[in-house]
Amino acid sequence: MTQSVFIQNPSPLAVQSPSPGDEHVHPLPRNSGRALEMDWVDDIRINLSAAERRVASLPGRRTVKKDAQAAWLLKAVTCIDLTTLNGDDTTERVKRLCAKAKAPVRGDVMEKLGFAGRALHTGAVCVYHRFVGAAVEALDGSGIPVAAVSTGFPAGLVPHELKLKEIEASLRDGAQEIDIVITREHVLTGDWRALYAEVRDFRAVCDNAHLKTILATGDLKTLRNVAKASMVCMMAGADFIKTSTGKEGVNATLPVTLAMLRMIRLYQERTGYRIGFKPAGGISTAKDVLTYQFLMKEELGRDWLEPDLFRIGASSLLADIERQLEHHVTGHYSAFNRHPVG
Amino acid sequence: MSVASYFETMEYGPAPEADGEARAWLTRHGATFGHFIAGKFTAPHAGKHLATSEPATGKALARIAQGNATDVDAAVSAARTAQVAWAKLGGHGRARHLYALARMLQRHARLFAVLEAIDNGKPIRETRDLDVPLAARHFYYHAGWAQLQEREFADQVPIGVIGQIIPWNFPLLMLAWKIAPALAAGNTVVLKPAEFTSLTALLFAELSAEAGLPPGVLNVVTGDGATGALLVESPGVDKIAFTGSTEVGRLIRQTTAGTGKSLTLELGGKSPFIVFDDADIDGAVEGVVDAIWFNQGQVCCAGSRLLLQEGIAETFRRRLIRRMEMLRIGMPLDKAIDMGAVVAPVQLERIKALVETGVKEGAEKYQAPGAMPAEGCFYPPTLLWNVHPSSTVATEEIFGPVLVAMTFRTPDEAVMLANNTRYGLAASVWSETIGLALDIAPKLLAGVVWVNATNLFDASVGFGGYRESGFGREGGREGMYEYLKPKAWSGRKARAEPAPLPTASGAGAGFDVPPIDRTTKLFVGGKQVRPDGNYSRAVLSPKGRRLGEAGEGNRKDIRNAVAAARSAEGWARATAHNRAQILYYLAENLSARGDEFTWRIADMTGVSAAKARAEVDASIERLFSYGAWADKFEGTIHAPPLRGVALAMYEPVGVVGVACPNEAPLLAFISLVAPLVAMGNRVVAVPSERHPLAATDFYQVLETSDVPGGVVNIVTGDRNELVKVLAEHDDVDALWVFGSQEASTAAERYSIGNLKRTLVDHGLALDWYDKAASEGPILLRHAVQVKNIWIPYGD
Repeated sequence: MTQSVFIQNPSPLAVQSPSPGDEHVHPLPRNSGRALEMDWVDDIRINLSAAERRVASLPGRRTVKKDAQAAWLLKAVTCIDLTTLNGDDTTERVKRLCAKAKAPVRGDVMEKLGFAGRALHTGAVCVYHRFVGAAVEALDGSGIPVAAVSTGFPAGLVPHELKLKEIEASLRDGAQEIDIVITREHVLTGDWRALYAEVRDFRAVCDNAHLKTILATGDLKTLRNVAKASMVCMMAGADFIKTSTGKEGVNATLPVTLAMLRMIRLYQERTGYRIGFKPAGGISTAKDVLTYQFLMKEELGRDWLEPDLFRIGASSLLADIERQLEHHVTGHYSAFNRHPVG
Repeated sequence: MSVASYFETMEYGPAPEADGEARAWLTRHGATFGHFIAGKFTAPHAGKHLATSEPATGKALARIAQGNATDVDAAVSAARTAQVAWAKLGGHGRARHLYALARMLQRHARLFAVLEAIDNGKPIRETRDLDVPLAARHFYYHAGWAQLQEREFADQVPIGVIGQIIPWNFPLLMLAWKIAPALAAGNTVVLKPAEFTSLTALLFAELSAEAGLPPGVLNVVTGDGATGALLVESPGVDKIAFTGSTEVGRLIRQTTAGTGKSLTLELGGKSPFIVFDDADIDGAVEGVVDAIWFNQGQVCCAGSRLLLQEGIAETFRRRLIRRMEMLRIGMPLDKAIDMGAVVAPVQLERIKALVETGVKEGAEKYQAPGAMPAEGCFYPPTLLWNVHPSSTVATEEIFGPVLVAMTFRTPDEAVMLANNTRYGLAASVWSETIGLALDIAPKLLAGVVWVNATNLFDASVGFGGYRESGFGREGGREGMYEYLKPKAWSGRKARAEPAPLPTASGAGAGFDVPPIDRTTKLFVGGKQVRPDGNYSRAVLSPKGRRLGEAGEGNRKDIRNAVAAARSAEGWARATAHNRAQILYYLAENLSARGDEFTWRIADMTGVSAAKARAEVDASIERLFSYGAWADKFEGTIHAPPLRGVALAMYEPVGVVGVACPNEAPLLAFISLVAPLVAMGNRVVAVPSERHPLAATDFYQVLETSDVPGGVVNIVTGDRNELVKVLAEHDDVDALWVFGSQEASTAAERYSIGNLKRTLVDHGLALDWYDKAASEGPILLRHAVQVKNIWIPYGD
C-alpha cells in the first residue's frame, strides 16, 4: 500500500484528491507568486525580545502526553525530510536511507500503536543532485518524493546559469522537490529586487516540482532580515520557506521559526496562498520537534501539521522519535540499537 | 481517544500535573490549619475556622483559622520579642537565613506550584514558571541586601514589627515581595494572607521553621478582612504594608493616620497598553495575551486598556481575535492551557456584571471560543471593542480577563488618554522607533513602564504606583527604604509646647516719620496677590510688638495656588542644570539681602542677631546644597535577568503642599521647599504660622532669581486649616507637614481622596541645623517617585 499521507488531511482548499500514481500533485492551490511589492517588505517590524518571550513561554503553555504524544510524534515522522548531505555520501548509503524512509518505525511498534497495516513514511528523502537518480529508483512506487538540494548548495555562490542548469538536471533525474539556497548577499545588502529576480528564475525552471527556498537564517542574523527574505521569496513563488542548509553556524531556531510563520500567515492573509515551512538542522529530539509542532499549530493552524505544509529537515531526529514511540508502547526506556538505522 | 484518532485530529489531549504531594500535605494537617505564631501552628483563640474551596471545582479544600484580636496580639508580640535579636543578628546572619529561604523554595518548588494552582485556580504553568521562581529570586536578591546592609544603608535602621496584608492574586509571590525586604532589613513580620488563598503562606511558614528561621521572625495570622483590620489597628505594629484594592487602601490610610505607623500601599490599576503604528503588531498581540490573559487578568498591573493608533486598529483587532481563537482555558493543573479559573464566585460575578455594563454602554464584545470546564469559576478571555474613555469599563478596574480597546491619533493623544485615569501603576508602550518609545515612557504617569514588553518583574526592579495606585516600591534599592528609617530621625522628641502667644502692645511711633507701610501678600503663580478673603493677621514679636500683617489665606487661595502650581508643569521638564542654576541664584540673592533677613528673623523670633545670622547663613548653604543635588540625585540602572535594562528614573512627585514648623522660620522653609524644587516639583508652601514674614520676604528673592511663576507658591494663614484644604485637594500629589502632631494627623487622614504621598513629623522636633537629619537624600527621596522603565533590546 502506497497511499500518500497527503490525503489523510483533506483540507478545505483541496482541489482534488490525488489519484494513484499521481500522489505528489499538491492538493492545495499552488502559490503562483506575484509582483514584488516593496511595501510588503518595508512595513515589516519584528521585535526580537518579544519573539523570544513568545517561544520561551510556549512549551509551558502546550504539551502532549501519552496517546496524544505518540500520535504527534508519528505525525512528525510523516513530515521528516530524511536527509543525507555529506561529502562522503555514496549510492549505497542513499539506498539505505531510502529504505528507512519507507519503513521509518518498526512494525511491531506500529502495530501496538494501532497502525498495523497502515503505510506510513517520511515526507521525503533529501539528497544532493548526484544521488537523485538512485533515490528515485530506490523509492519507486513508495509515493515518497525525492528532494534535491540545489543552486550551489550550501553557499549558493556558483553562477546563476549553473544554478538553473542544476535544477533542470535534478528534475530530469526525477526530483519532485527542489531545495534552493538564496544568495545571502542580496539580503545582507537589502537588494530585495535581486533576491526576488533570482528566486523567480528558480521557480520558473522548477515547473511542477515544488520549490523550497532556504534562507540560511544563521547567515542573515536578524529576524528582520529573515522576515523580509521570507516575504520576498513567497512573492517570488516559493512553495516552502526553509530555515537552513544545516551547514550554517546556527540552524533552525524557534525565534526564526516564529518570524517565518508570521510571514506565512501574512502572505496568506494578503494572497490566499498557503505556504509551507521547513525548519532544518538542529532538531534532533522528540521534545524539540513537538515544540515546533506546537508553534505551527498555534501560529498557523491545524493544517500546517501535515507534510504538504510542514517538513522537518533532520537526520538524527527519527532515531529519537523511534525510541520514544517504543517507550510509549512498552513502558520501558529504549535504546538506539534497538531500531534499524537509515 | 486512541493514537490513531489523535493522529487525525491533532488535538492536544489532557496533560494533568500530579497533585499527590500537595494533597498529602493537606491531609497531614487534616486540611485544617491554625495560625503560625512564634515558630509553630497555633489553634485560633476563638476556635473559629473559615472554609476555603478550589476555584476550579468549587470543592472544599481546607479550613483556615479566623484570627481575632487575641491571635493578632499573640503574633505581634512574638514578632516584637524576636525583632531585637533578629536585628542584632546582623546583616550576614540574616543573609544566611534569607539564602536558606530561597533554597527552601527551590527545593520544594513543585509542591508550592501545585498547591498554589489548586488554591488560587491559576495555571500550573504560571505558578511553576513565574510565581515560584520569582519568589525564590526575591529571597536571593534580598539575602544580598541583608549582606550589604551595614555598608549600603549605614544611615538607616529597621522599622520594627511590620504588619503585611497581601492579596489573593499572587499569594506566594506577594508573600515574597513583602517579607523578603522586611526580614532582610532587620524587621520581623506578621503576615495576613488573603482568606481565599492562605495555604502557600502556611506551607511557607512551616518550611521556613524547618529551614531554621527563628521563631517569631515570621508569623502568619489568617482570617478575613476583620483580621486584617485588627492587624492594621494593632498598636504594636510599626508599619503596615498592604497590597490590595484601592478602597481598602484608603481605609488603612485613614485608620493609621496620626499613629506614626508608616505605610506602603500597592493598589489597583487600569494600565494602558499603547500600540503605535510602527510596532511589531504580532509581538504586541502576544503582549496583550501576557498583559490581560495572564493570571485570568487578576493582575493589578494588567494592561487592561488597549490604546491603538487609528491606522492599525483594524489590523490589530483582526489579529487579536485570531489569537484569541487559539487560547485554551482549562483546569489549573492542566499543563496545556493558557488560562485557569477565576479565584472565587464573587469575583466571577463582578466580571460578568462589568462586561454586561460595557456592552450596554456600546462596546462590541468578542470572547475566546475555546471550550471551558462546565463547573467552577471560569470566564473566557474577552475583548471589548469600541470603548470610549467615558465608558464604565474604561475607568473601573475589572480585575478579570477583560480588555477594553480604544484608539488614538497622535503620540500626544496617546499620552493624554493613557494618563486619563486615577491610577498610575504600569504602562506598556509598543513601537519599533526608539526615539518615540523613549519619549513616551517618561510622559506616562505610572510607576512601571515596559517598552515592547509587559508584565516583567524582578526583585532588582522596584514595583509600585503613582497616583491612586498607591505609594512605596517593592524590589530594588528603592524597595529597601520602605523597611528602613533614618537613624537621624529615630531619636526625635516631641516639640516643646510653644510659648503662649504674646499680646499685641499697640504703641505706635508717635509723631516720628513712620516707615513706609509694606503690605505682605500671598505669592501665587509668580505674583503677589491679596488673600481671597481680604483679611490679615497680625505678626507679633515675642514681646508683642507688631511687626506687620500677613494675609489670611483661605481655601480659595489654596485652590488658586494649586492651580498655578499645576500649570507650572514645565518646571518638571526643565533641565537639572537649569534647576541647579536657579537654586544657586536664589542663594546668591538671599545672600545679598542677608542683613535684612537677619533682622527679620531676630525681630520675629527674639533670637540674637548672631543666631539669626546663623539661620540665614545655613539657609544660603542649604540652597547651595540643593543646587548641588539638583543634577546629582539621579536614578539608577537596574540589571534584571534579561537582555536589556530597567531604568529607575527619579521623577518629581508633582504638586506638593508643604506646611512649615514655627521654629527656624527661614531655614525650615528653605529646607523643605528647596529639595522639592530641586527635583522638579511645584510647591504650595504654608510658612511658619507664627513667624511668616521671612517666607513672605523670600518671595522677592524668588522674583529676582528667575524662578518661573507657579513653581513656589506661598499662602500664609492658619496652618491646620490650610493643611486640611491641601490634604483634601485631589490635585495635590503629596503633602509634607512639619511642626504639629495635629496637622500631621490631618494630613494623613484627609489625604485619602487621591491617596497623596504624605511626609509628616507627627510633632517630633527636627534639628534643622543637623544636616544628617534635614538635608540631602533623607528628604530628596521623598521629593521624587521612582519610575522603572524596562527596555528589553536586541535585533
